[in-house]
Amino acid sequence: MHTKKYGIYGGQFVPELLMPALEDLESEYNKFSKNPDFLKDLTYYLTDFAGRKTPLYYARNLSKKYGIKIYLKREDLVHGGAHKLNNTIGQALLAKYMGKKRIVAETGAGQHGTATSMAGATLELDTLIYMGSKDVKRQMTNVQRMKMLGSGVKAVETGSKTLKDAINEALRDWVTNIETTHYLIGSVVGPHPYPMIVRDFQSVIGNEVKKQILEKEGRFPDSIVACAGGGSNAIGIFYPFINENNVKLFAVEAGGNSMQVTDKAAMHSASMCSGEIGILHGACTKVLQNREGQILESHSISAGLDYSGVGPELAYFAENGRVSPCNVTDNEALNAFHELCFTEGIIPALESSHALAYVMKNAKSGLLGDLVVVNLSGRGDKDLNTVINITGDSYENC
Amino acid sequence: MKIAEKFEELRENKESALIAYICAGDPDSHVTKSAVETLVEGGADIVELGLPFSDPIADGPTIQEASDRAIRKGMNPDKYFELVKSLSVKVPLICMTYYNIIHKYGIRSFVDSCIEARISGIIVPDLPIEESTELKQCCENNNIDLIHLISPITNDERLKKILNNSSGFLYLISQTGVTGSDSNIDSGLESLIKKIKKYTDTPVAVGFGISNLSQVRNIISYGADGVIAGSVFVKTIASGKNMEHELLQIAKELKMGTRHD
Ligand SMILES: Cc1ncc(COP(=O)(O)O)c(C=O)c1O
Repeated sequence: MHTKKYGIYGGQFVPELLMPALEDLESEYNKFSKNPDFLKDLTYYLTDFAGRKTPLYYARNLSKKYGIKIYLKREDLVHGGAHKLNNTIGQALLAKYMGKKRIVAETGAGQHGTATSMAGATLELDTLIYMGSKDVKRQMTNVQRMKMLGSGVKAVETGSKTLKDAINEALRDWVTNIETTHYLIGSVVGPHPYPMIVRDFQSVIGNEVKKQILEKEGRFPDSIVACAGGGSNAIGIFYPFINENNVKLFAVEAGGNSMQVTDKAAMHSASMCSGEIGILHGACTKVLQNREGQILESHSISAGLDYSGVGPELAYFAENGRVSPCNVTDNEALNAFHELCFTEGIIPALESSHALAYVMKNAKSGLLGDLVVVNLSGRGDKDLNTVINITGDSYENC
Repeated sequence: MKIAEKFEELRENKESALIAYICAGDPDSHVTKSAVETLVEGGADIVELGLPFSDPIADGPTIQEASDRAIRKGMNPDKYFELVKSLSVKVPLICMTYYNIIHKYGIRSFVDSCIEARISGIIVPDLPIEESTELKQCCENNNIDLIHLISPITNDERLKKILNNSSGFLYLISQTGVTGSDSNIDSGLESLIKKIKKYTDTPVAVGFGISNLSQVRNIISYGADGVIAGSVFVKTIASGKNMEHELLQIAKELKMGTRHD
C-alpha cells in the first residue's frame, strides 16, 4: 500500500489550501518520473549542466593516516559546489513539465538558493528566494550570486529570522500563489510528497557510489558517513544501500557548541540525537522544541546544518536502527576542515566537515570497518569567512 | 455555550455571526481579557482565542508578530487555560492553535483542559482532515467541536470528506493566501457558499482578510452564516492607542453587517 508516512513520521500537516497542491504535485511527479522525455532531459542537465557523475575519490593520505580505506564521494564538484543542484534541477524540471511559471525556495546559507537560481535561470523560471534577514547579512556573497543569476531575494524579518522562518514564508507564498508557483523545497523535509521527491532526486549519489565502489573495490563499503541537516545528502547516498544490511549508515548531525538547550534555543542542531517527536513544516518528525511545544532556534557553525528539524524518513530510519544518528561539535568539524585541506588538497564545506570529523574520530576504534565512503556534500569556498573569523588567517601552527 | 446553540439563537434573531479572533497574551493576559470583554460588548457572537505557536504557517505578518510578542511575554498552554477560565463572557469560546502545541501537550490532556476552561471548539489550521482522526475522536467523545477549514480550491471529493466530518461550523477561507491579506470578495465565493450549503446544514463562516462593513455585508448576502475577523483586531491591539474604544467601534461596525434586514 502506498503511504504518506514512514512509520509515524512524515504526513501532511499543512493548511487545507495546500492539500490540493500536494495531491497535484504527487500525481504529476508519479507521472513524469516515468516519462522518457522527462528522464532524458533530467539526464542531460545532470550530465552536461551539473557535471555528473562525480568521482568517488580514494583519499590516499587520509587512508594512510587512519589505517582504513577512505573514499570521498565528490559532490563538491557538482556545479554550484554542492549536492543541492541534483534536487533543484530535478524539481525545476518537474515544475516546467507541470506548466508552472514561477518557483520559490527557502535558503539558509544560500546554497540551496544558489542552486535553485541556477536551475531557475537555465530553465527560464521566474525565481524568488526567501532568506532570513540574519542570514542575508551573514551570507552576502551568496545573496549577490543569487541576484546575479536573476533571482529575487526576499529577506524574512519574522520569528528567528533564519532558515525555519524562510521555510514558513515560502510556504505562505505558495499558499497565496498556488496556481502559478512551485515550491522548490531544499531538503528531504516538509509535507509528503516532498521528502520522497527530494530523496529520489538525491539518490543519484548513492546509485553512482554503488557502481563505483564495486568497480574499485569489488565490494560494498563497511560504512557510509554523511552529514545531516535536513538530511538530503545523507538519504541520497544511503537510500540505494538501505537494504544492504552489512553496510552501516551514519548520519552526523551538528553538535554545535554543546548539547545544552535553553527555553528558547539549542546550542546545537542535533534533532535526531536529542530532539523529540513533533510537527514542523508540514511533517511529523524529530524536532528541537521546548516544554510548551515552541520550536527552538538551533545552532551550528555550518549554516547548512543549522535547522531545528530533520527529514521524516531519516528520523524513521534512525528510530528503527537502520541509520545511526551521531554528532560532532563545531570545533571537531573545524579541525576536520583544516585537516582535509592539508592532507588531501580539498577544501570541504563545513557541513561535510562534520562527516569527515566523525570518520577521523572513530576510524581507529573499528566502528566503521575497513572501507568507508564519506559523502563530501560540498566545497568550502563559501565558508572561508566563517573559518577565518574563528581561526585567523595564519595557519603556520595548524 | 455550544456553538450550534449560538447559531440557532442568531438564526431566530435574524442575524449571522460575528466571530472575532485575537491572540492570547498579546501583549499580556490582562489586555487580552479586557479585549475579549470589549469585543463581546461590541457584538462579537463567538470569540476565537489564539494560543500562539512559534511557526504559524497559515498566518500573515500581523498575527505572526502578535504570536511572537505573546510568546516572548511568556504565554503558554497553562497560562492560556488559566486566562480562558478567568473570562466571564457568555459567548462560545474557540481555541485556535497549531498542531505541535496540542501534540506536545498530549491530545487527551489538551481536550481535557479545554473542557475545564469551557472552550466550545478547536481550530487547528495545519491539521487537514486526513491527519485529524485522533483529535477528532477525542473531541467527539467530549462534545467539543473540531472546526475544519475549506478553501476555494478544495475539490469536490475533499469537500465531501470535510463536510461529512464537520461540526460547529465550517471555516471557509475567502481566497488563497494567509490571514490578514487584502481580500477581494467576489461572486466566486457566492457560488461556493451555495454549493456547500446544498450538501450540509452546518453553518458556514467566511474568514481571512475580513476588515470592513461592506465585505461583511457582501458575504452575508451570499448566504454565509457568519464572518471571521482577526487581523483587524490584532492590529488595533498592537497599535495600543485607544484600544478599547477602537475595538468596540470596529466590532460594532462589523456586527452591523451581520444583521439581516
Ligand atoms: C554542502 C552542504 N552539505 C549539507 C547540507 C545540509 O543539507 P542536507 O542535510 O539536506 O544534505 C547543505 C545545506 O545547505 C550544504 O550546503
